[in-house]
Amino acid sequence: MKILVCISSVPDTTTKISFTNNNTALQSNGVQFIINPNDEFGLTKALHIKEANPGTNVTVLHVGPNSSDPVIRKALAIGADDAVRINVEAIDPLQVAGEIAHYVKANPYDLIITGKESIDYNGAIVAHALGEMLGIPSVSPCIGLSINGSEASLTGVVDGGKEELTASLPIVVGGQKGLVEEKDLRIPNMRGIMQARTKPLNVVEASGSKEAQKVVNYDTPAPKAACKIVDANNVDELVRLLQNEAKVI
Amino acid sequence: MSVLVYIEHTNGIIKKNALEAASYAVAYAEKTNGSALGVTIGNVSESEIKKLGNVGLEKVFNVGGHDYLNHQKVAAIMADVAQKNNSTTYIFSGSSEGKGAGPRLAVKMGAGIVSEVIEVPSSTSPITLVKKAFSGKGYANIQLNHEKNVIVLSTNAFGVHEKSVDVHIENISSEGNDTSLTHQSFDRDTKGISLPDAELVVSAGRGLKGAENWGMIEELAETLGAATACSKPVSDIGWRGHHEHVGQTGIAISPNLYIAIGISGAIQHLAGVSSSKTIVVINIDPEAPFFKAADYGIIGDAFEVVPKLNAAIKAIKG
Repeated sequence: MKILVCISSVPDTTTKISFTNNNTALQSNGVQFIINPNDEFGLTKALHIKEANPGTNVTVLHVGPNSSDPVIRKALAIGADDAVRINVEAIDPLQVAGEIAHYVKANPYDLIITGKESIDYNGAIVAHALGEMLGIPSVSPCIGLSINGSEASLTGVVDGGKEELTASLPIVVGGQKGLVEEKDLRIPNMRGIMQARTKPLNVVEASGSKEAQKVVNYDTPAPKAACKIVDANNVDELVRLLQNEAKVI
Repeated sequence: MSVLVYIEHTNGIIKKNALEAASYAVAYAEKTNGSALGVTIGNVSESEIKKLGNVGLEKVFNVGGHDYLNHQKVAAIMADVAQKNNSTTYIFSGSSEGKGAGPRLAVKMGAGIVSEVIEVPSSTSPITLVKKAFSGKGYANIQLNHEKNVIVLSTNAFGVHEKSVDVHIENISSEGNDTSLTHQSFDRDTKGISLPDAELVVSAGRGLKGAENWGMIEELAETLGAATACSKPVSDIGWRGHHEHVGQTGIAISPNLYIAIGISGAIQHLAGVSSSKTIVVINIDPEAPFFKAADYGIIGDAFEVVPKLNAAIKAIKG
C-alpha cells in the first residue's frame, strides 16, 4: 500500500504570535517551526499502518519553500520513507490542494492523510477540497481508521457525536488527536535522524495552480481589560456581575 | 447576484448556527446589493422554516427527501441549487457539515473559499473579509480575487440579528447522488449540549485532581444549561473524552460565557478559548496566567467555590 501524508509547517504551539512589515507577515524571528500537530497524528497513524502491513510505503509531502526542509526531515526521522516538496509559497488553501491533487494524479496513492486543519491559518479546507479534486471520499476530522484490503472503516467527528463510515480506497483522511493518542507520538531518535539525512527528498516544481486569495494584513486581538477579582466568600457578587454587567446568564 | 446559505437542522429543528448563517447571508446580500436565498435539505416543517423570517431571510428552497446526509451530498445539492439560481456567494456555518461541504462546493463551482470568517466584507471590490487565524492568536484580512466565493463562518462571531420578514418557501428536489461514503452508525456524545454550538461552557483542568471529581462540574453545567469542556492534559490523561478538549489542538470555541476551573491558562489553551465573550477563572493560584485573559476571577479552592457558585446560580434561577 502507498500512503501519502501531507504536512504543513507551523509555529510551535507555545509561540506568542506577532506580525512585522506593517502587519503583513508573521514575525518569524526566533519562532520554532514544527509539523502541524494534526498532521503529526496522521503521520503517526500512517506509520502504525505501515508496521502492520509490510511492504507499505509512507511518503510525506509538503507544499512550500526550502525553509521547510528541517520540518520535512523531522517527518523522515520519525519514520516516513521518502519525501516530496512542491516548491512554491503556500498562499491559498485551494492552491495547496490543487498542487497536491496535481501531484497525486501523476503519482497515485491508496490513502492520503492531511490534518483536519493547520494551527496557523485554520482553514480546514485542504482535506475536503483535495477529495473533491480527486473525485474520492474525504473524512475529516477523522479519529478512527482501519484498512482491510481495499476497504476502509472510518470514524468521523460530526457536531454532537461520531459517525462510523466505510469507503473504498483511495480516500482522503484529515487527522487530529484520537486518530492516534498523544502518547503514541514519536520523538526522533539518533538513528532516525541519521537515516533521515539520506532518505530521498524530491523537490518538484509547482503546476502553477492559481491563487484566488491573499492576506492583506494581520491583526492581533485587543488586550482584555483588567480582570475583576471577586472574593471567594462572595460568589453571589460574581453571579450578580454575570447577570447584570456581562449579561450572560 | 444571489447569496446562497445552507441552513442546518437537527431532526427538523433549525440550529442556532443556521440562524446566524442566515443572518450573515442577509447582511452580506445587503452589502453587495444581492438577494439572500436559503437551502434546507431533508424533513423540515414549514413552520420551522418560517423562523428564518425572524432574521430577514425572504426565500428558502426546501429540498425534500435525503434522510441521510453527509458533507458530500450537501455539496452536490448546493452546487445544483447554485447553478440553477446563478448564485455567486455560498455561506456555511463553521460546523462539521459546513467545514466539510464548503471546500467541496468551492471546487465544484470553481470558487474561492475562506473559513473562520467573523464579519461581513469591509470592502466589496475586491471582497475583503476578516478571518480568525493562528488559532485565535490573530486575525487575517483576506482579499478574494474570485467572482464566486464560499464563506465558512466562525461560530458565534457574527451573531444572530433580528429582522422580521415573510419567508417564501419553494419545495424543490435535487438528487445529490454521492454514494462514495457509506454510513454505518451514529454515536451521539453523552447527554448534554454539543460543545461547538454551546453558548455557555464550564471547563475544568488538572486542578480538579481526578476524574472522580467532575460531578460538581457537571452539576454546575446542568444548572447553567452549559456544555462541559476540559484542558488538554485532562483529555490526554483520559479523565475526560477528547471531544471535550478545547484549545489550540482541540476545539476552538467562542461561547458567550466560559468558566475555567482549575486551569492555569497555558498559551495553547488560551488560543482556543480567548474569543469567548466573557471569561471567568476560578483558580487557587493567584499567579495563574489565565487571570490575565479573564474578565472575572475568583482566587480560591475550586472544591469550595464551585458548589457555592452552583447554589448561588440555582437560587437566581429559582
